[in-house]
Amino acid sequence: MLDLVADQGAKVAAQGLVASPLAIRGLTVSYGQKPAVFSVDMTVQPGAMTAIIGPNGAGKSTLLKAALGIVSPLSGQVSVFGRPLEKQRARIAYVPQRASVDWDFPTRVIDVILMGLSRELGLLRRVRARHVSYAKECLKRVGMQDFADRQIGQLSGGQQQRVFLARALAQDADLYLLDEPFAGVDAATEKAIIEVLKSLKEAGKTVVVVHHDLATVTDYFDHVFLINTRKVAEGTVAEAFTAETLQSAYGGRLATAQIDQISRALG
Amino acid sequence: MSSEEFVPLSLTPLLIGTFAAVACALPGNFLVLRKQALIGDAISHVVLPGIVVAFLLTGAISTWPMMLGAAGAAIVAVVLIEAIRRLGQIEPGAAMGVVFTTMFAAGVLLLEQTDTSTVHLDVEHALYGNLESLIWLDATGWSSLWDLEALAGLPSELSRIALTLIGVILFTWLFWRPLKISTFDEGFARTIGIRTGALGMALVITAAIAAVAAFDAVGSIIVIAMFICPPAAARMMTNRLETQIICSVVFAITSAVAGYVLAGYGPLWLGGADAVSAAGMIATISGLILALTAMFGPCRARVGVQNSS
Amino acid sequence: MLWDALSLQLGYNATLVAIGATLLGVSAGVTGTFLFLRKRALVSDAISHATLPGVCLAFMVLVALGGDGRNLPGLLAGSAISAWVGLLCMNWLTRHTRLAEDAAIGAVLSVFFGFGIVLLTVIQTMGVGRQAGLEGFLLGSTAGMLWADALIIAIGGAATLLLVVLIRRPMTMVAFDPDYAAARGLPVHRIDLAMMGLVMAVTVVGLKIVGLILIVALLIIPPVTARFWSERSDRVVLLAGLAGGLAGYVGAAFSASAPNLPTGPIIVLVSFVFFALSLFFAPVRGVLAAVLRHLQFQQRVHIRQGLLALAQDQKIYEPLTLRLLRRAGLVRADGVATDPGKARAAKALRDEKRWEVVRSDQAHEATAALYDGLRDIDTVLTQDQIAEIDRRIGGPQEVPS
Repeated sequence: MLDLVADQGAKVAAQGLVASPLAIRGLTVSYGQKPAVFSVDMTVQPGAMTAIIGPNGAGKSTLLKAALGIVSPLSGQVSVFGRPLEKQRARIAYVPQRASVDWDFPTRVIDVILMGLSRELGLLRRVRARHVSYAKECLKRVGMQDFADRQIGQLSGGQQQRVFLARALAQDADLYLLDEPFAGVDAATEKAIIEVLKSLKEAGKTVVVVHHDLATVTDYFDHVFLINTRKVAEGTVAEAFTAETLQSAYGGRLATAQIDQISRALG
Repeated sequence: MSSEEFVPLSLTPLLIGTFAAVACALPGNFLVLRKQALIGDAISHVVLPGIVVAFLLTGAISTWPMMLGAAGAAIVAVVLIEAIRRLGQIEPGAAMGVVFTTMFAAGVLLLEQTDTSTVHLDVEHALYGNLESLIWLDATGWSSLWDLEALAGLPSELSRIALTLIGVILFTWLFWRPLKISTFDEGFARTIGIRTGALGMALVITAAIAAVAAFDAVGSIIVIAMFICPPAAARMMTNRLETQIICSVVFAITSAVAGYVLAGYGPLWLGGADAVSAAGMIATISGLILALTAMFGPCRARVGVQNSS
Repeated sequence: MLWDALSLQLGYNATLVAIGATLLGVSAGVTGTFLFLRKRALVSDAISHATLPGVCLAFMVLVALGGDGRNLPGLLAGSAISAWVGLLCMNWLTRHTRLAEDAAIGAVLSVFFGFGIVLLTVIQTMGVGRQAGLEGFLLGSTAGMLWADALIIAIGGAATLLLVVLIRRPMTMVAFDPDYAAARGLPVHRIDLAMMGLVMAVTVVGLKIVGLILIVALLIIPPVTARFWSERSDRVVLLAGLAGGLAGYVGAAFSASAPNLPTGPIIVLVSFVFFALSLFFAPVRGVLAAVLRHLQFQQRVHIRQGLLALAQDQKIYEPLTLRLLRRAGLVRADGVATDPGKARAAKALRDEKRWEVVRSDQAHEATAALYDGLRDIDTVLTQDQIAEIDRRIGGPQEVPS
């Protein structure tokens, strides 16, 4: 009896190892003849907030898009909670870069949030009051409850970003992937977004963010993944976010003064 | 006009024109939003070679082989455009221009090489159809609508376009959500498992079927006009997709009815003797509606100045 | 027969048509290139369809004035005016409403063409009975082309070419980067309009030979063809003129060599043949070259990844990687590295380490930008530099290789 329990414990532990929310092996993605991402392995820790950082053009967004199957890789494998991506779509929510959608599209904020429910709604099920009130709740979590009936193009950049975050919340996923959510948004939005992300983490969800602001990494995240075409470092902020790894990822492109500043902040 | 004249002479052309206009306007909404409006243009040009090839293969003017030929040509064109765009890394507009002009030229050449003097098959007919000739000779008045014998004499174009319209409505209704999501945000659509490539192809094929069925009755020029003008005018009226679809249907019906009536009776009012092309007039009216909405529509201006990230 | 036609020995009319078609092909190819580089190729479709109402109105005016409705200069003037109106409508729709350019093009082309057809039927009912000449404008008709017609085409084509030569620089700049051109103080909107005006001129000139539906082909296909052969815009312009002129000449000659070969469609099909050949066989941008390059590249990536995995004793997951390594004799059938495999793997890993140093060192910034995961480091650094890097890495790599 005792053996059985111990055995099960071992099994759970083994599964915990295998079933990382997002595990990538040997991923290479190339636009034309230059790989944007080359032979990258990544293992995201469950329940953590991970930042993907690296210089411009280092393949951060590409890595995320390949993980989601939006771009197809030249080689490599992706598994989500231990199973192939296609079987796990329902457990992933994605917040794209804002530039990627048509802002002139005839749709209201609330319609965008309801898109997050499309798995539940399927092709033909009708949108009922409970769906709408759930969508409004998601809007409220990002502080956008007063904008439900606006056309999305009428919002400011930061507000648009919050709407997309709310859509991801509506999906009620286990793994959240965000592509530069803080790019070009106002301070209030940045604060609102990070609050929501922290609450997701507290609820046991896994969050992965493509991030470009080195100064806020230590405040916002507990894990980092440094990439410059190849993986440079991966681990907790203390392990992987050091002057040495930054130098290695950014090379000449990061002023020495900046690195000094960050390493001082790190103590 | 008495019902003895209206029902046999005008009812069926009116219905056929209206059904064709709506069948094209519905997928047109998504094509316009996806910036693929000219797919309709390309499809309607390649219908001609499709029909000529079908005629050469079967040796007769019969409807179903010709519809199949036209639909086949539309699919070949779409596949070719996509292939040239990807393989040659050419922007979609130019790829489209290469494909549809070439296929149209091939159609004209085949037509010239074939002896079609005994049959009614020519470029003019392909371009502007012959809506006025689709009359219902067996009808004597409204009562004929309940007369099975008279109903059997309805022009077959009517049942075909009606079936097509039902098909188009079903497609739009069934795939409403995925269509909307993937048109708005393709990347997101893929992450929730929508097969955007297949869906886009299905949309284009639906548009092609609508174009071919409408072409059969009203010629290709009206097809392009109905794909683009009513949805474009509806864009100026609203910021909601649902309302936009309804507006586009209303505009399409208005163009068809007003165009047909004006073409038939306008010249008489102006003292002329003969009617003018109904298909051309329907296209003209849809253009006028677009002009009015573009000048006065409440939502005519672009919103959402692109934020650069 | 074809040879007779190609050497212009098939009589007066055939010669006229061949010369006209060649000139038209050259000016359409050259003009169309700017439209294509500006990514607005299908604007020509709207312009050409918008000529129809003008042709019809001009015909009606000419008849009303008691003249011959088929007077070519009069009809061309009418077509130019309505094409210009169509162009302005299209521009207005894209600039002042939310419509994208494709929808504006489609709206203008269908509505103008539909209105033109209404006018055609009006002309049919006018009872002048000479509208047959007008339908020739849909698909072109070269039978019975007059010396005066050919002269108009020649002068029009030459004038268009001259104008293109004059404003080619600003047009290239606007096509390449409109924002930069605007910042340099170029009137982008007006240059665009000038470009469209030239396209319109070519369209009008081409109405007689290829007709309004197929002139679009001559404006689009030769530039797309030329693009496969050069990365320089001035060369693309010249090549497009060459491709267009050749298609016009060969097509006109071919169509004169046998009955039932209408000139317009044949010219279009000839230029499509040029396009198809370029698409597949052009040296750099052609499909064949690209496929070969991609396969080679994919193999390099897989082998490199496989070698790195071998060197670090990692398991190789990809079947393709294993297959490629086995074929190159780097691993055995059971997945264990052979001796050459081990050597190559060690070298790959060491190169990777060296690259790491290079990329984190500001002194090597220019070199670091060349990193793509595949490049051998000895192709970008000298032996001395590599030795210096190896010294910094330290450890067993110092063993002379």
